[in-house]
Amino acid sequence: MDPFREFTGVVVPLDRINVDTDQIIPKQFLKRIERTGFGPYLFHDWRLHTDGTPRTDFVLNQPRYKDGTILLSRANFGCGSSREHAVWALLDHGFRVLAAPSYGDIFYNNCFKNGVLPITLEETLISQLFDEVTTQGGYSLRIDLETQTIHKPSGQQLEFRIDPFRRRCLLEGLDDISLTLLREEKIRSYERKLSPVQSIKVMRL
Amino acid sequence: MPTRTLFEKIWGNHVIHEEEGGGPSLIWVDRHLIHEVTSPQAFDGLRLTGRQVRRPDLTFATVDHNVQTTDRSIPIQDEISKKQIEALSRNCEQFGITYFDLTSPNQGIVHVIGPELGLTLPGLTIMCGDSHTSTHGAFGALALGIGTSEVEHVLATQCLWLQKPKSLEVRVNGSPPRGVTAKDIILSIIGHLKTAGGTGSVIEYRGDAITALSMEERMTVCNMSIECGARAGLIAPDETTLHYIRGRRYAPRGDAWTQAEEKWHELQTEPGATFHETVQLSADKMKPQVTWGTTPAMVTDVTGSVPDPQDFQDPQMRSAATHALKYMALDPGTPIQSIKPDRVFIGSCTNSRLTDLVAASRIIKGRKVAPEVRAMVVPGSQLVKYQAETQGLDRVFKEAGFEWRESGCSMCLGMNPDILEPGERCASTSNRNFEGRQGYQGRTHLVSPIMAAAAAVAGHFVDVRDWEISG
Repeated sequence: MDPFREFTGVVVPLDRINVDTDQIIPKQFLKRIERTGFGPYLFHDWRLHTDGTPRTDFVLNQPRYKDGTILLSRANFGCGSSREHAVWALLDHGFRVLAAPSYGDIFYNNCFKNGVLPITLEETLISQLFDEVTTQGGYSLRIDLETQTIHKPSGQQLEFRIDPFRRRCLLEGLDDISLTLLREEKIRSYERKLSPVQSIKVMRL
Repeated sequence: MPTRTLFEKIWGNHVIHEEEGGGPSLIWVDRHLIHEVTSPQAFDGLRLTGRQVRRPDLTFATVDHNVQTTDRSIPIQDEISKKQIEALSRNCEQFGITYFDLTSPNQGIVHVIGPELGLTLPGLTIMCGDSHTSTHGAFGALALGIGTSEVEHVLATQCLWLQKPKSLEVRVNGSPPRGVTAKDIILSIIGHLKTAGGTGSVIEYRGDAITALSMEERMTVCNMSIECGARAGLIAPDETTLHYIRGRRYAPRGDAWTQAEEKWHELQTEPGATFHETVQLSADKMKPQVTWGTTPAMVTDVTGSVPDPQDFQDPQMRSAATHALKYMALDPGTPIQSIKPDRVFIGSCTNSRLTDLVAASRIIKGRKVAPEVRAMVVPGSQLVKYQAETQGLDRVFKEAGFEWRESGCSMCLGMNPDILEPGERCASTSNRNFEGRQGYQGRTHLVSPIMAAAAAVAGHFVDVRDWEISG
């Protein structure tokens, strides 16, 4: 995974609460067996009419947000299904940073595994960002993960918090599994003491 | 030692390593269940890094999400689904994983077969790349849905990094009136907690309305924990649990059973243990529930009507409700019982077990599906299907005009050919009424199996409490 330190990008405002992973990537596109290539299907049902023409009222179809790489949304973003395809689709489309008041738990975890930074901010700060994004053309933010600050175009700064362990993994682009295997001795010693219920005894029928 | 909740006991028994400063803990995984949709990329990851599956003996696979529910002697038509299923088969063979394939008598929805096989046991940690893994919590197991990267992590290490969740007590007292089912209890809870009320938490369901439930009903309750945002749901094991488990294929036997039983009795929240939060509901006044919107929390009593978005105080809720009513093609004030489904779906990991089918069959016995409705039953597993057929339920459903299908996830998420057409309205026993979930532009109303069956016959939603039930 590429390390994540600093990122600057245009902000796309998606003004809805409870955006679920079924909307982010509808199920008809989950059949790929690769991690890539999901971008074109991101928000498919919201982006396109039944006949396949773009819905001009949907934010991703508006020219001013075409090159957006930071997605701003409302509470409980990414709720629902565990499909990591939702993060793969966001990433494949170009989003590296999300900002919302809260997230679905599984989705939130999935972001970190793919180098996507989900920033949590208070409702009032999110609302303020919505106001600024929609009233100022080309509104972009600079995100500094090291110092956990958001730099607004006005020069104003916002602070955010990421759990230190996850932050380190992102900053260093660490592979989770290698990190876990550093604990191999502890895993082995736990494994040796598994109770009979934890183990599987195959019953020949 | 301080008094502990059931969750804290299971957590404590599985911690391998704790990061300092409140970071995540490395947790041992006792059972890892996998399926065709969220696993292929995980296996690819293993191959790329030259890693092995650490404990193939604790890993079990089946196909459920995209399989066809029609005649299985006919090859799968969908080339991409076929590719996914073939990938799973190849991966299980390469890494030595037990695989219940499309021809196995144990094939079924992963959350239905885990308990059936006795893989789901009290006190265990169970992970699966599916958010409805919370189902297994009905046995007092800590069961969590995970993403594909985490599936790869569990395959490689049999462990998972987890931030310790908060604990939420949901206490349901009293006893539900006749016609009010476990589905109505959990929909009422979600309506109360809203879609994110459980975020970051493990819910322990307690109270006499919960302990009175059968295992199948407890699974229905725990299954939908994720719909209020919770990481998992738990119900403490008791005699009902032990009775269900005894004698199942992978359950302990003989001395191992006796020892296990002793340990399981300790899996209770101790008196005085504290939760981060407690919510109390009374089952006495609960009514059958019907969702009207596009999240499971947009739910109301069958005696109620579609709300007016203008009545929501919160501007974001108001906007969400407005969107939802537009999508659902419903007007504010429409009585729930005047809503007419085109389709009825009885199935999914929420409500496809034998008791669900028995209950629904009693509603329809001797009656016919309304002419304008297309109705189908999709048993949760081949075992459920076999048991139902042994009891003649297939005939009852078919005579009433239902389609009787092979087991799988089917129209719960429409990854196979079972989907709604644009604009079609469905009374569904599944767990999500998200936009497009059951088919592009499809409209879903979540209900219990008996409410779905009654709607199929009447051609519109009805208060099932008023119905005469046979048998």
